[in-house]
Amino acid sequence: MAAPTLPVRPRAARGARSSSLIPGSGRNGFWIYLVPGLALLVLVVLVPLVWNVYLSFTSYRGIRPPEWIGLENWTELLADATFWTSFRNSIAMVLAMVIVPTLLGLLLAAMLFDLIGKKFGGKVASFLRATYYLPQILPSVIAAIVIGWILRPQNGALNQVLGGVGLDGLARNWLGDPATALPSIMVVLVWVQIGYPVVIFMAALQRVDPELYEAAELDGAGWFQRFRAITVGIIRPEIFVVVLTCTIAALKVFGPVYALTGGGPGTSTMVPAYYAYSEFFQSQQVGYGATIATALTAVIAVVAVVFIAAQTRLERKEEQG
Amino acid sequence: MAVTELTHRPAATSRRPDPVRRAGRRRTAGDWSVLAIAVLIGLLIAVPFLMILVNSFKSPAEYSSSGPLSLPTQLYTDGLQAFWNRVDFPRKLWNSFLISGSVAVLAVAISMLNAFALGIGRVKGRTWIVVVILLANMLPQEVLLYPLYFMFKAVGLYDNVWSVIIIFTVIQSAFGTYLLASVYSTFPKELLEAASLDGASRLQILLRVVYPISRPTLSVLLIFFFIWTWNEFLIPLTFLVSNATQTVPVAITVLQGDRLMDVTTTSASALLGLIPTLVFFLLFQRTLTRGITAGAVK
Repeated sequence: MAAPTLPVRPRAARGARSSSLIPGSGRNGFWIYLVPGLALLVLVVLVPLVWNVYLSFTSYRGIRPPEWIGLENWTELLADATFWTSFRNSIAMVLAMVIVPTLLGLLLAAMLFDLIGKKFGGKVASFLRATYYLPQILPSVIAAIVIGWILRPQNGALNQVLGGVGLDGLARNWLGDPATALPSIMVVLVWVQIGYPVVIFMAALQRVDPELYEAAELDGAGWFQRFRAITVGIIRPEIFVVVLTCTIAALKVFGPVYALTGGGPGTSTMVPAYYAYSEFFQSQQVGYGATIATALTAVIAVVAVVFIAAQTRLERKEEQG
Repeated sequence: MAVTELTHRPAATSRRPDPVRRAGRRRTAGDWSVLAIAVLIGLLIAVPFLMILVNSFKSPAEYSSSGPLSLPTQLYTDGLQAFWNRVDFPRKLWNSFLISGSVAVLAVAISMLNAFALGIGRVKGRTWIVVVILLANMLPQEVLLYPLYFMFKAVGLYDNVWSVIIIFTVIQSAFGTYLLASVYSTFPKELLEAASLDGASRLQILLRVVYPISRPTLSVLLIFFFIWTWNEFLIPLTFLVSNATQTVPVAITVLQGDRLMDVTTTSASALLGLIPTLVFFLLFQRTLTRGITAGAVK
């Protein structure tokens, strides 16, 4: 979950010259170095990927060999209310893991870098940054258990505190009530996620030339105008990276749902990754689980391609002026 | 790609003109209130940690009588001990350590070999190779579960830490290959030329020139791979089913809802789960903040 900054463009691999960087050393001699890595990749990723797509066209309960049923799983999937619920919940996950953290992260990073770093010293700013980043280093299931503990229905800390200040009426079974389960998980994810954009954006802000700000200030631009025109403009590559990596992570989210609700109550917190998992190991519908997993892969691939294409277009436009 | 950030951080403040610096000393009421807001948000983020810390050392009776916010009146460690023994915590720590450590070393080695061919060797079709390798990082892991389950069962590695080590070596080295290939494509050419003139072979150049010079980047990757692998959940959960092979996050998660887990024991279990990563964070804080920015690049 501590979503790495998944790289977007294979820059390294660009460059038209067709010789190695070592003079007198042809390119072909380097293939041998790719053998272990590519062999492992084929074995652990590519073969299972193709196999999984195959399973999505079969009826398979894990015991007797898979039986080819054509598109049956796929037509079932399109009519499956739980599947659509799980993707609707994915939108909630995107809200909690991408949109809120990115917007808040921009504000917090600008606040820490521009104001607190300058007026109160870099130490204060980096201390606060480290505090914000703390939930990011936890295994996401442990983070979920921490919050789940606070939300326990009988004697959880939140309900106890609410009772203590005379708000007993607000106390409830946060994760057991379909109305509050999804929002509760979303709060966990915002808490987990917020440190990541803050750290990335603060690093990016170091590129901003302070003279630009002074010039804008002299021109009478207010804080928000400067923030929008200069800050957001300059760190846009990082915003792209954060939004893309977090969107992929949000679509793949599994641990917190597993640890907190198991998709319930009902299907109110079901997400695609957990749905596939429960079809695999609880209902033993391996063929159908493979179909869900393949659909999720396709969605992620489309999202990634659209993002990268949009970014490339934008960059090209900028280069042309 | 801001590869330079891996080795040195630009001192942004040092070239700031003086007037701004002096202006920085004037703190208005507005500045103080922004600071107050930032501190408040920090507290809000830290509160769950503090609550876990405080309540892990209370007895269930004390918890129910004085609530979650009070400090413990005496150090009650039965919950911690009960959980520690129940899950055989040292064993899980060792499993996690063995898996994460092996993955970190192996994935760095694979990343280096791949990147040597892609970044310095510039083999044909390298763009596509990088794209395919990156697939490993973007896929939802559910796609790999069943096929890998059968493959590892067939070779007798199911419920064996090596299954998880092999899988994550591939997944982590995908990111490492991308990053390192980028670093190596800007490798100082004079050094490679000099080594080549001295008659060094490719392998010698890799081991005696490329490896030592890129050590700072490799160590950032090593720490990242270690922590990411430590935090992984789905694949360890499905591939390590027996008590003897489980990792720390898996052991703690599967015990939630168990009868042993009264309110303060659950808190203690969360505390035990977060302490190792907290220790890594404190040990490697600098490397981490440097490394996080390494991928987010221009």
